Amino acid sequence: MSVIRRAFAEDFTIYRVAELKPALIELLGEAERIELDLSGVERMDSAGCQLLMLVKREASAACKTLAIVAHSPAVQSLIEFYNLAAWFGDPLVVPAE
Amino acid sequence: MDELKQVFLQESGEQLDALESLLLELEAHPDDETTLNGIFRAAHTIKGAAGMVEAVAVESFAHVVENVLDRLRNHEIAVTTELAALMLACTDHLRVLVASEAGTAQMGAAEIDAQTASLLARLRAFGPGGQVPQAPKTEEPGVQRIPSLQTGHNCWHISVRFGPEVLRQGMDPENFLRFLETVGNIRHVETLADRMPAVAEMDPELCYLGFEIALESAADKQTIEDVFAFVRDECQLSILPPNSKVNDYVELIESLPEDTLRLGEILVRIGALTADELSEGLRTQAMDDGEAPAAERHDKPIGEILVAQQVVQPEVVAAAVAKQTQVSEKKAQDAKLIRVPADKLDHLINLVGELVIAGAATSLLAHKRSDGELIESSSLLTRLVEEIRDASLQLRTVQIGETFNRFHRLVRDACKDLGKDVELVISGGETELDKSIVEKIGDPLMHLVRNSLDHGIEAPAVREAAGKNQRGTLLLNAYHDAGNIVIEVADDGAGLNRDKILAKAIERGLVDPDTHLSDREIYDLIFAPGLSTADQVTNLSGRGVGMDVVRRNLQALRGTINVSSQAGQGTRLTLRLPLTLAIIDGFLVVSANRSYVIPLDAVVECVERPEAEHERNYFNLRGQVLPSVCLRESFSLAGKRPARESVVVVQYAGQRAGIVVDRLAGELQAVIKPLGAIFRHLQGIGGSTILGSGEVALILDIPALIKISGQAEQRLLARPEQRSA
Repeated sequence: MSVIRRAFAEDFTIYRVAELKPALIELLGEAERIELDLSGVERMDSAGCQLLMLVKREASAACKTLAIVAHSPAVQSLIEFYNLAAWFGDPLVVPAE
Repeated sequence: MDELKQVFLQESGEQLDALESLLLELEAHPDDETTLNGIFRAAHTIKGAAGMVEAVAVESFAHVVENVLDRLRNHEIAVTTELAALMLACTDHLRVLVASEAGTAQMGAAEIDAQTASLLARLRAFGPGGQVPQAPKTEEPGVQRIPSLQTGHNCWHISVRFGPEVLRQGMDPENFLRFLETVGNIRHVETLADRMPAVAEMDPELCYLGFEIALESAADKQTIEDVFAFVRDECQLSILPPNSKVNDYVELIESLPEDTLRLGEILVRIGALTADELSEGLRTQAMDDGEAPAAERHDKPIGEILVAQQVVQPEVVAAAVAKQTQVSEKKAQDAKLIRVPADKLDHLINLVGELVIAGAATSLLAHKRSDGELIESSSLLTRLVEEIRDASLQLRTVQIGETFNRFHRLVRDACKDLGKDVELVISGGETELDKSIVEKIGDPLMHLVRNSLDHGIEAPAVREAAGKNQRGTLLLNAYHDAGNIVIEVADDGAGLNRDKILAKAIERGLVDPDTHLSDREIYDLIFAPGLSTADQVTNLSGRGVGMDVVRRNLQALRGTINVSSQAGQGTRLTLRLPLTLAIIDGFLVVSANRSYVIPLDAVVECVERPEAEHERNYFNLRGQVLPSVCLRESFSLAGKRPARESVVVVQYAGQRAGIVVDRLAGELQAVIKPLGAIFRHLQGIGGSTILGSGEVALILDIPALIKISGQAEQRLLARPEQRSA
């Protein structure tokens, strides 16, 4: 199974989603398992969250796995607030430092 | 569950200790915010932990305490002596409650309940927080209440579908939901993006989100609607009041764009409906509409679908996520500490002990065979074993400061009772020693501290009359000295009354009235069992009760206690203890072909014994006269003295002496095997050890030997007429 991991450091906000969408969708075509490292994402709003939901949905539809392997506090906070943690199904434990 | 409880008992013990010391600190500095916050945190943690293990008694009591502390923290009430005393009493009571949770309480259940009630009554004086609530006021992660499905009925149900343009207009749904939190408590959110079209048509700048929200709030419908005022025209909003009829929900489901089944599922998850209610409602609805096929689809399905899809209860997931976040925070703090059961450490130390013996045997063999390479490798091995030994012994060491700090409370309480004013000064708290010793030293120390407070330090008026500061000082100090740890308990009180002790001792028949005793010997009398419990010696500057027990405890640890005192100036008790009970560095000596071990820490130097001094019990070391003990004579060993003897100069507690032996045999590591009870009264032998050759060597008890050699000298000093005679 092919795996690809990509780290994003830009904001997942309404201002950037237009650029992010093609990048993320393209990623779907590249491997069976797509791992997103979002630990560098400083801001995320509803548009960003919605985009992640789209990608997750598309991945599931194509029988692929999309996993968010690292959450920044901003990402984690919004996903929890929207009660989507279980829907995304990624472990949310921040490693001890 | 048992394991969880174990952790709870241990943690709450630690938190209670912290709480107590912080409360004492608060008394001294009532305005210190940090201390206040620390106190609050400790109480809060105890409550949280109690909630986790369902220790209801602890939880509810801690909650009331926490409420009062909260008011304290918010400056609604001020720190008073009375309040501090009450808080300390509450801390004690929490300890009792925790103990009763563990089944080790000293009190009966009725007594505990009575105490709870009386403390609660006193707490009530400090404000409205003082009632036992039915449920915790605030929702905190430690005791998060997982809402049962039923509670959903008491929540407003809000369905909102945001219009596509809201994001572009700079209005983020998140903000509205966050704002909603100010109106009430969001019990549950389900985020829906079902309207989101396929990838190609999906415009990431448009909003496709919708939410189903269960809101617990006392607000009216208008207030809730107003939250969404800015997007009222842009979004589809329906709000159902608490306890709405099933049919209302069903209508809501029908009116929303998403798939009926999915919405139903969501409502069940939110807790607005039960699965039965929903399927019943949908079926009725469908039959009314005459849609038989649909009815079939909805007949029983929801419960089954939930199971089939293995939808985990979202409450459980939410709790798990909160828990994980909490765990990760705690982990970061605790990553530097590991809890290890004490018996595992003991086992390790035992193994290291055996390793030391085995290593010694190997090194002995290597020397016997005169194999250079083997000797070298075995000496490397020995060095590593030594390091392992030191490191593993260090694992068991703890700082003595914790033991010392416990006395703050004791001093405070005793002062209140006795009407004295005493400051406890602690130094050397970072000094480390073996945990097993720390545990055993606590009681004797407490006894000494009590004695000092009770009998040593005078009442303020008396002190003032004597020209001293009204406030007495009690000093606890610890430091390392030559492989020993020294603990001092000193006060600036009245000191020991030499004449009265002597008179009492003569009266008790402990000493002969005609004997001449040095000051030191007289002070030592306070440890004599006869003098201790017999009389109410309080006025006699006391220091009798149980002092023999203290000394016996210390001797069991291979330690000693010394007392020095000056009338009117104070008393100083000096405790000396070995750092560890298990393994020592030793110096092997031989007399009459028997091996003896002298603890290396005590050895100062070795010299040859001059022929001229063979028959004396002292010897001349570079002009200094030292008492000497000949092992051959002391232990009545057979055989002739060798032509050349050696003297090992040893030092203990500032005293020096020489030990005369036949031969020196070098250093070794000795694993101490204690002697059996039969040999308890044997003087001069501290234990035994097994050498690499399998031979048994006795370990010399240097303090005892020095005492034996010194006693004769002291007698002579006290009776000068004998010396001239």
